[in-house]
Formats: sequence, structure tokens, C-alpha cells
Amino acid sequence: MISLAGRDILHGWGKFVFTGIGLGLLIGVTLSMAGIYRGMVDDAEVLLDNSGADLWAVQKDTLGPYAEPSNLADDLYRSLQTLPGVARAANVTYLTMQVRPLTDAASVGDAAARERRAMVVGVVPGGFGEPGQPESLVAGRHLTRGHYEAVADVSTGFRLGERLRIRRHAYRVVGLTRRTVSSGGDPMIFIPLKDAQDAQFLKDNDAIVAQRRRSAANPAFNRPGQPQVLDAVLAAQTQSNSVNAILVSLTPDADPDRVAADIRRWKHLSVYTRAEMNEILQAKLIATSARQIFMFLVILSVVSAAIVAFIIYTLTLGKIREIAVLKLIGTRNRTIAGMILQQAIGLGLIGFIVGKTVATLWAPVFPKYVLLLPGDAARGFLIVVIICVLASLVAIRAALRVDPAEAIGG
Amino acid sequence: MNVPKPNWRALSLLAVLLPLLGAFLWLALTSGPLAPVLVTLVSVEERAIAPALFGVGTVEARYTYRIGPTIAGRVSQVAVQVGERVEAGQRLGEMDPVDLDERLAAQDAALRRAESGVVAARAQVRDAQARRDFASAQVKRYEQLLLARTASEDTAEAKRQEAQIAEAGVALGLANLESAEQDLGRVRAERAALVRQRDTLRLVAPADGLPLGGLVVSRDAEPGSTVVAGQSVVEVVDPASLWVDVRFDQLGAGALRAGLAAQIALRSQPLGALEGRVERVEPRADAITEELLAKVVFADLPDPLPRLGELAEVTVALAPRPAAPAVPNAALHRRADALGVWVLDDGEPSFVPLTIGARDLDGWVEIRSGLTPGATVIWHSQAPLSPGRRVKVVEQLPGVAP
Repeated sequence: MISLAGRDILHGWGKFVFTGIGLGLLIGVTLSMAGIYRGMVDDAEVLLDNSGADLWAVQKDTLGPYAEPSNLADDLYRSLQTLPGVARAANVTYLTMQVRPLTDAASVGDAAARERRAMVVGVVPGGFGEPGQPESLVAGRHLTRGHYEAVADVSTGFRLGERLRIRRHAYRVVGLTRRTVSSGGDPMIFIPLKDAQDAQFLKDNDAIVAQRRRSAANPAFNRPGQPQVLDAVLAAQTQSNSVNAILVSLTPDADPDRVAADIRRWKHLSVYTRAEMNEILQAKLIATSARQIFMFLVILSVVSAAIVAFIIYTLTLGKIREIAVLKLIGTRNRTIAGMILQQAIGLGLIGFIVGKTVATLWAPVFPKYVLLLPGDAARGFLIVVIICVLASLVAIRAALRVDPAEAIGG
Repeated sequence: MNVPKPNWRALSLLAVLLPLLGAFLWLALTSGPLAPVLVTLVSVEERAIAPALFGVGTVEARYTYRIGPTIAGRVSQVAVQVGERVEAGQRLGEMDPVDLDERLAAQDAALRRAESGVVAARAQVRDAQARRDFASAQVKRYEQLLLARTASEDTAEAKRQEAQIAEAGVALGLANLESAEQDLGRVRAERAALVRQRDTLRLVAPADGLPLGGLVVSRDAEPGSTVVAGQSVVEVVDPASLWVDVRFDQLGAGALRAGLAAQIALRSQPLGALEGRVERVEPRADAITEELLAKVVFADLPDPLPRLGELAEVTVALAPRPAAPAVPNAALHRRADALGVWVLDDGEPSFVPLTIGARDLDGWVEIRSGLTPGATVIWHSQAPLSPGRRVKVVEQLPGVAP
């Protein structure tokens, strides 16, 4: 049996294929938008995964450390470590800031161009698999020194052995990670905790000098006859013993809610389990931007569906004269309907394949993470086919109603 | 049956559609969840781990002399400037003596007066002795005259009385002399005390303990300013006693001992490492910052001297351990409370728990048990691994510039 659809497609395949590719690009944009939304949600999840924690202990009555600022004394983790059910507890600090490579004066412009916004994470160096540590590296090694080393995410563009500047200290990049990002998608840079505490609270040199002068001018601090008071005050002003959160990992048999309740009751801290933290990130931190993208995704899907339907409909109507001829020569309605349906589905298939391919190809070029889920692709495929079928049904209805006389009239 | 004519239209359509389908399938298999995780491998090496400790400290002087007055007063002169070298015992400045010099002059006058008083008292004694000698001679003469009955009893009695008075006069003179001498002693002592007081107003470098001389590091008060007792006017350090006050993280610093060799990198010369030695590990650790404190001395004092307070990075080499199997720390992962590595088992990753020993600053970790040298383990991976996950071994992971 001769496939009418195949014949028709072969007759004008250029038009057919290019329409399909056009559709594909549209579907590609829609899939990418879905990927952007998924990537946003995934950024938040990967942040929790990478922290390796079961519980987050933060300043009382705050939603820290990601959604709100939180400050804790850095010796509190010891009292958590002794609680039953707690396997490990580690201090961590987070600070989002601009980081640039350390270069000589000749390539300042280059350094400025390579400046990246990054989340600087202070972790306790030396412990393997401690909460807060990057889990797997793509190059180099973990932090071993207590100061002035960094492990950076690949997407920062920093290379192994390169030196970068955070506040006043230079850090050597000793390892690289992948997909370690903040909930906002900023790549992470891991540095030793002590340096991070300094970086977080250390003012620039000018500010320190000005502060010293201010303190010296204050008669309460600079008392005549007691010159040591000023020294003590100045020393106290430049110290920092705060961290943003304590990451707690539990023993396999511990109940997170129970341990969290213990910490809340006896240590007077706010504690969040993994599920609660996920809720905070999804429902509070990225809620509006994710909903914004999701809203746009819905509109884009509707518009894409409408455009696909219109294209198929007009493609069929463009062949109305040929269909009239077919009817005139006595072709059965079923055959005509089949032809239109097959063409529509073929167009949908080409569109989907092109769309998925281009979306996969251009996804890595996006500055933020684009996560193309197979489930989304399958759903997209299903929707494309359904829209094609529906659109072709409308077209079939129009085609079947055509008067064969039109073939000779007109 | 006739061979169908090659349909050029169909072929050209296929020529467009097939590569498209090929690209789609290829992308589906190489990216996304179906794609294998790219990994690099490393083999377990037999190597001698040379553990080392890394600490940060500041250059400080072991001996600092804060030189200032012992009583409140006004600075009259500061003879040295910051940065000058001074010798042991050198005069560095002086406090305003206020009325001390005048009181000293008064004491000098008092001393001379007391000395004259002694001379006068001595003369008095001599005078009294002369009177007594004459009186006793008179007594003897009149007693002989009385025997010869040429003088009356009355006269002789009067002479005896004169002799007794003269004797008392001598005793009085001697007592006066004693008193004058005591007075002289008192005045002398008072003057000496004033001189000592005057001397303490001179600010001098310590007389001993400065083998290379002292270095003036600060000049805290200028002439004319008032300072309280104990406040420093000039601060002098012993440059031979410069050391680095280093803080090491307590984590893994148990092997820190006095006498270990150390490399000191000053912040001003980050590339030039200086030789040093751990002088002592402080018995008291910092409980707040969770650090051990140690003092590291320079093997040879650099020239110019490192600046006091300059930041220094100190690497202390601990005793190297015997050769043992070792892996890079990037290969170690924690999985369900066990530390271990991923190995390729029939092309699929499987987790091997390990016990680890010493580690060095280059990221090598000694393996106590679990693996033998020559075994191949997964070093870097593009994503976290799980058992049975498809992996592909590559030389270098994408996105990592060489």
C-alpha cells in the first residue's frame, strides 16, 4: 500500500523538515525553560546534599544560614557533639562575595574580567567526609593546611595552583569541585574555617585604622594613666569567634526529629532537619523567583502548544486543493484523515527530536544550571504528540468538509 | 519484479533526518542521567608519608624591656629614636627632677654644716681636755701646797671642784662630738638617698641580657609629657631573641615537639623560606580557638631583621613514617559512617572501607588496612558515585584546565 502521507511529505520535504525544525526550536526553548526551573530547584537541593548534614543548628529564632543571617559562637559545636545520636558536628560559615584571581599589576584588567561572584564557605580542614566538606573533587586534593588554601568550583573559572584573593589574604587553589553551588546558583569556594571567620568579619585595613583612631579618641577606652585599656579594646575589636551554622550528621540509627528536639530544648538553638531545610529553601528562599520562572514556563507551554496547533492546521489547509482532488478521485475519508494525522505526528516527532537536541546542546552554555530531566522530556513528548493529534483532528474535520468540486472549481 | 528506482527525494530526506536522530540518541546517552560518570583513576602507591604541620604566627621578641619611670613625673629628655641600636646600660632619656637638684644642693649645704659641726665639736673636746688637764695639774699642785701648809684647805677644795667641772666639760664635749658625727652620718645618708632618687630618673637600657645590644621599637612619650609610674617611655627589645609565636590547629598536632625543624615563610617574602626550630610548645593551649601555641626560633637571624608583628607561615616537618600504601585524599569518601575509597570492580564502582593513618600536607593519606599497593582506586569523579553506577575512565575530567 502506498503511504499517502509519505508521498506527500516526499513531495515537499524541504518545507516539511524546516517547519519541523522551526517547531523543534520552539519546543527546545520550552524544554530549556523547564530545565531552568528544574535547575533552580536543583541548586537548592544540591546545596543541602553537598553540605552533607542531617541537621542544621543555627542562631535561635532565625531561618539561617541560607535564608537569614545567623551567628553562633564557634565553641558551641562541642556541646552538640556529645549529644546521643550525633555522629559529627562541624562549624561552617557562608559568605557571598566577589572573588578575583591574584595577579600582578600588568594583568589587572584580566583579573577584573575573571572576577566571579562566589559563595565562600569556611569548613574545618583535614576531616574527610566531615559535614560541610566538598564530597567529590574533579581535580586536585582536599584542604590540608589550616590556612590560605581553597577548593573552588570549576565554574568559577579558577585553575589548580592559581592564587585568588579573598579580602586581604591570598589563597592557593588546591582542588576543584563540580556542582557545588549556593541556592542562588553562585559557585562555592571552600576555605579553612579560621580564614573564613576572618574574611567574614575582617574589615579592610583603612576601616581598621579608622576604628583604632576612633577608639583612641574615646576617653572611655583611652584612659589617662591606663594605657593598656586601649590595647585590650583594640584587640577585642579585631577578633571573631562566630560561625553561621553548625552542620550535624547523625548516626545511622538516630531519629533526626528527636535529636533536633533535644538540641532545641537543651541547647537553645534553632534546628532544622533536611526536610525542613528543603522547605525553607523551596518555599521561602527561591519561592518567588522559581514561581516566576514556572509561570513563564506555563505561558510558554501554552503559546508553544497554540503555535504547533496553528502550524499543523495551516499546513493542512494549504493542501486543501490536493485533498479536494483526492476526494474527487474517490479516496476514502479514512485514508485522508490518516494522512493528515501521520503528517502531524511526524512533524511533532521531528520537532521533539530537534527540540530535545538543541536544548541539550545549548544547556551548558547557560550561566546558571539547566537541568533537563528525562521525565520532563517524556512529558514534553507526550504533550507534543497530544497537541499534534488534537490539531490534526481540527484539520481533518476541515479537510473532510471540503467540497470535491473545489478541485476543479476555484 | 523490478528494482525500485532510487528515490532521490526519499534519500535526501533520510540524509537530513538520520543524522538528526543520530545526534538525538548520542546526546541522550552521553548527557543526562543515562550518561556514565567520568572518573579518573590512581593506583595505590607505596610511599613514605612525611607528615607536617602548618601554622600561622607573628614575629615577636622574647625579651621586651619597657623602660619608664618608677614614680609619676614629667619626661624631660628622650635621647633615642625608634629603630636605633642601643648598648647595655646606655642612657635613653631622663625624667624631669622637679626640685630634686635644689634639694640636693640643700643637702650638700647641710652636709658641709654637719661636717663643720663635727670639727667644732672636736675643738670643743680639745678645749675641754686642755681645761681638764690644767685643772688636774692645779689640783696636784695645791695638794702639795696643802701638805706644805702653804695653801688653805678652801683653795685646794676649790681646785678639786674646778677639776671635776673640767672633767664634766670633757664628757660634754665628747658627747657633742658623737652627736655631730651622727648628724653628719644622717645628712650623708639623706644625700645618698637623694642621689639614688635622682639616678632613678635617668632611663637606661638594661645592664645585662642584651648580647647584640638593644633595638628601640617604640618611643611612647615625648619630652614634656607626663607619665605615671610603670608606664613605658621607650620600649627596647633584644633583637637576638626574635622568635615566631605560632598557632597550630589542635587537630592532628599531637606530634608537635620542641626541637623539630621548621620552615618559616614571612608574609613579606612568601617565597623565601627561612630555617627554624621549634623552641618550645606552650604547656597551655588556646581553648577558645582550639589551637596549640608554640615558639619557633630562627636558625640564623635574617638580615634585615623580620619586623615585629609580621605574619609568618610556619611548616613543621614531623618525623617521616615508614613507607606504606597511600592514596590522595581526594579519593577518600565517607559512606554510611565508614571511610573508604571507590574501586572499579568489573567496570562498576564498589566501595571499599579503609582505616587510615598519617597524612601529609600534599594530600597523601597512609592506608593502614583495606588496600594493597598497586590496587587502582577512583581518584576524581564528575559526580558523587553509587554502587553499580555507569562510569567511564578518562585521563582528565572535562572543564579542568591542565
